Amino acid sequence: MQNSLRQGKLRLQKWYTATAERDKKKMVRELMQIVLARKPKMCSFLEWRDLKIVYKRYASLYFCCAIEEQDNELITLEVIHRFVELLDKYFGSVCELDIIFNFEKAYFILDEFLMGGEIQDTSKKSVLKAIEQADLLQEEDESPRSVLEEMGLA
Amino acid sequence: MPAPIRLRELIRTIRTARTQAEEREMIQKECAAIRSSFREEDNTYRCRNVAKLLYMHMLGYPAHFGQLECLKLIASQKFTDKRIGYLGAMLLLDERQDVHLLMTNCIKNDLNHSTQYVQGLALCTLGCMGSSEMCRDLAGEVEKLLKTSNSYLRKKAALCAVHVIRKVPELMEMFLPATKNLLSEKNHGVLHTSVVLLTEMCERSPDMLAHFRKLVPQLVRILKNLIMSGYSPEHDVSGISDPFLQVRILRLLRILGKSDDDSSEAMNDILAQVATNTETSKNVGNAILYETVLTIMDIKSESGLRVLAINILGRFLLNNDKNIRYVALTSLLKTVQTDHNAVQRHRSTIVDCLKDLDVSIKRRAMELSFALVNGNNIRGMMKELLYFLDSCDPEFKADCASGVFLAAEKYAPSKRWHIDTIMRVLTTAGSYVRDDSVPNLIQLITNSVEMHAYTVQRLYKALLDDISQQPLVQVASWCIGEYGDLLVSGQCEEEEPIQVTEDEVLDVLEGLLVSNLSTPVTRGYALTAIMKLSTRFSSVNRIKKVVSIYGSSIDVELQQRAVEYNALFKKYDHMRPALLERMPIMEKTATNGPTEIVQTNGETEPSAVEPKHPPPVTQPANQANDLLDLLGGNDVVPVIQTTMPTKPASAGGELLDLLGDLSLSGIPPMTAYNKNGLKIDFTFERANPNPNIAVITIHASNSTEAEMTDFVFQAAVPKTFQLQLLSPSSNVVPALNQGTVTQVIRVLNPQKVSLSMLTYTHKGSPVQDLAEVNNFPPQSWQ
Repeated sequence: MQNSLRQGKLRLQKWYTATAERDKKKMVRELMQIVLARKPKMCSFLEWRDLKIVYKRYASLYFCCAIEEQDNELITLEVIHRFVELLDKYFGSVCELDIIFNFEKAYFILDEFLMGGEIQDTSKKSVLKAIEQADLLQEEDESPRSVLEEMGLA
Repeated sequence: MPAPIRLRELIRTIRTARTQAEEREMIQKECAAIRSSFREEDNTYRCRNVAKLLYMHMLGYPAHFGQLECLKLIASQKFTDKRIGYLGAMLLLDERQDVHLLMTNCIKNDLNHSTQYVQGLALCTLGCMGSSEMCRDLAGEVEKLLKTSNSYLRKKAALCAVHVIRKVPELMEMFLPATKNLLSEKNHGVLHTSVVLLTEMCERSPDMLAHFRKLVPQLVRILKNLIMSGYSPEHDVSGISDPFLQVRILRLLRILGKSDDDSSEAMNDILAQVATNTETSKNVGNAILYETVLTIMDIKSESGLRVLAINILGRFLLNNDKNIRYVALTSLLKTVQTDHNAVQRHRSTIVDCLKDLDVSIKRRAMELSFALVNGNNIRGMMKELLYFLDSCDPEFKADCASGVFLAAEKYAPSKRWHIDTIMRVLTTAGSYVRDDSVPNLIQLITNSVEMHAYTVQRLYKALLDDISQQPLVQVASWCIGEYGDLLVSGQCEEEEPIQVTEDEVLDVLEGLLVSNLSTPVTRGYALTAIMKLSTRFSSVNRIKKVVSIYGSSIDVELQQRAVEYNALFKKYDHMRPALLERMPIMEKTATNGPTEIVQTNGETEPSAVEPKHPPPVTQPANQANDLLDLLGGNDVVPVIQTTMPTKPASAGGELLDLLGDLSLSGIPPMTAYNKNGLKIDFTFERANPNPNIAVITIHASNSTEAEMTDFVFQAAVPKTFQLQLLSPSSNVVPALNQGTVTQVIRVLNPQKVSLSMLTYTHKGSPVQDLAEVNNFPPQSWQ
């Protein structure tokens, strides 16, 4: 969050249902207002429209998840925590600036962890390994010669 | 042109902006640079530019001009390009834009890519934002990957299948064979996503549900292993082995066990085991317990297990963690009807939650408290609830007041207690009480004949204290008008009768008429009350004077009443006693909730007890149902979501049938594209046996000196048409017109516009182009 605590800035957003751009903006604005108005003593769940919002604050960042009526709020808190752990492991003691300057990487991690709103793999190690390998592939793109040299083929 | 600035540099620059205007200026400048870079078809920096665009999009700026660039990135061979391209597609595109269909072919190719991370990108994108059309086209590929032995891909394919089924439910059947041995996997990723897939299928189809019931023993075994197995570092969370998988299995068991005795019995033991053995010191253990409780309550579990579940919830209520208390209250609210006695045992803990600081917890505790009130605990419960009413936030007061009135009416141990409770509500939350409570209370008071003196005395005393709370004032005015004679004669038995004179009473009522705090409705009540006292008090002259003054009031309602009352004095004085005599007992049309008050004496009492339309009252479920039954005809019809209509049948096709078969060879060929040495011609045929489909063969020829390799032709048409692209004869367009690449496209009624995308490699550099083909000969679509 920058400037005053009243105003929130979006650092990451993932939608798993097709929604018009202006509706997304409206919902994000609404949610930000509601969540930022919550006091520390309040619980991490609130009702919004026909959904349940699960949110958790880590330092200056709020992580919010919208889940459906039949979903388990408590395990959602664990899902949020797992995502933060993944970011933390990847960036090494992650802070907000990491996510700002490397937002695309944060997305890559999220997309390796969740798909369609569901967990792909419950092993932290597995998710991080996949990201690592994908990052390597990216590096190969950028400097193919050095990879060949590494392999002793050039 | 200098190289476009790097992403991180742009982010740094934008963050230095001190005002919104400054930021906007920077963004606009960069967007302009990016746009011209896009126009130059620069391949090297496209990735960087799109990434920057995505950042600016996140800040809230428009980025639609980057949509096609994302497609070009996806079509690229470089992994970096694909990664950003797919991310961009997920952020900027969805099924609303026709353009997204161009992704289908790319995704199809990437699903078959040799690198699993590319396959993963394609699966992820399809699984997050694939439209129904895309899902239809690619379901086969997903199904194939669901059967692979590569667990990295298998787990993703399972979730992708979930998305496909959500978008196109009819396709569910085709995934059935692949589910055969999903649960035999050792890999937790595959297990977890498989359980999600099975859950989705069971939720959507009763047949699938019946079919998968046989998996219950296997699921029970897997869950057992998770609980009994020792420490597994890879899946451990605070000493619990793979809580995510445990929760999903419990949820699937819930669905499978519901309404099925055998399945419920088969899972009974494991549920008891999980319920008793799960560590409760951290949130993760409680998450599992929570899911277990939900499952126990939903299936046909034996009573011992149900009691165990309710007790877990009871323990949750005592937990320091407010989140846990919250879910406990929510769950108890759901079970209070079916397991009423078990929940009653936790009544005092629930009542304690009324004092919680969290608004949601308080609300649930209140609702639950009202649900638990009965004839035995009414006094104690009401004490707590009235205390809550005193101190709670304004947003609760209306609901709480209504709840108290309802409960009091149902279970009041005595009339005196009932009146006292009403008084308490009116004096503490008098301004929050719903408008319709006033007539309801008046009726209640009228019918408690032996309490009239006591009631009017208490109400009078309350008025002396405070005239700001309108519902209280209205009820009090009405009662004074009705029972003023009892008031001045000091007939109260219940408590010490007060000494009050007629003049004092009239002072109070006249005070209401002139007070700024009184609403017009209240003034109406007061005037009528004064009038009624003319037959109960002896100071008729004073009353006459007041009434005549208000004959010229600017409030029309008041004026009308005063004029009519005046007329009563002047011309119809003989009728006055009869008209204003004591109200008889009123018939109720319902035994609880807001009611229609029926006047049985036939005379119209000027609007004082006009029944107003009752607003919805939040009540515990059972009482609400009673209310609906009694008022009748208020059935709530559940709205059933119909599935999205699939593409409209071709109206043009029917037209063609009527006009008969047109000769096909009569459609002339056309040149669709001719640029940079690449020429693409279309020739047409009608399909056999379906003549509505045009079969277009593209012929690509290359007049340059170097051959064009990796040639890919893609096409997209608007949603209302259908298109099928068959495999090309080759990916290489030989140089100098030495041969052509042909590819067949089957289209239903190609019309004016279609979008085509071409990519190929020429002299070592990749080329991409987008073309609009809009010169179709009329015969091809008529």
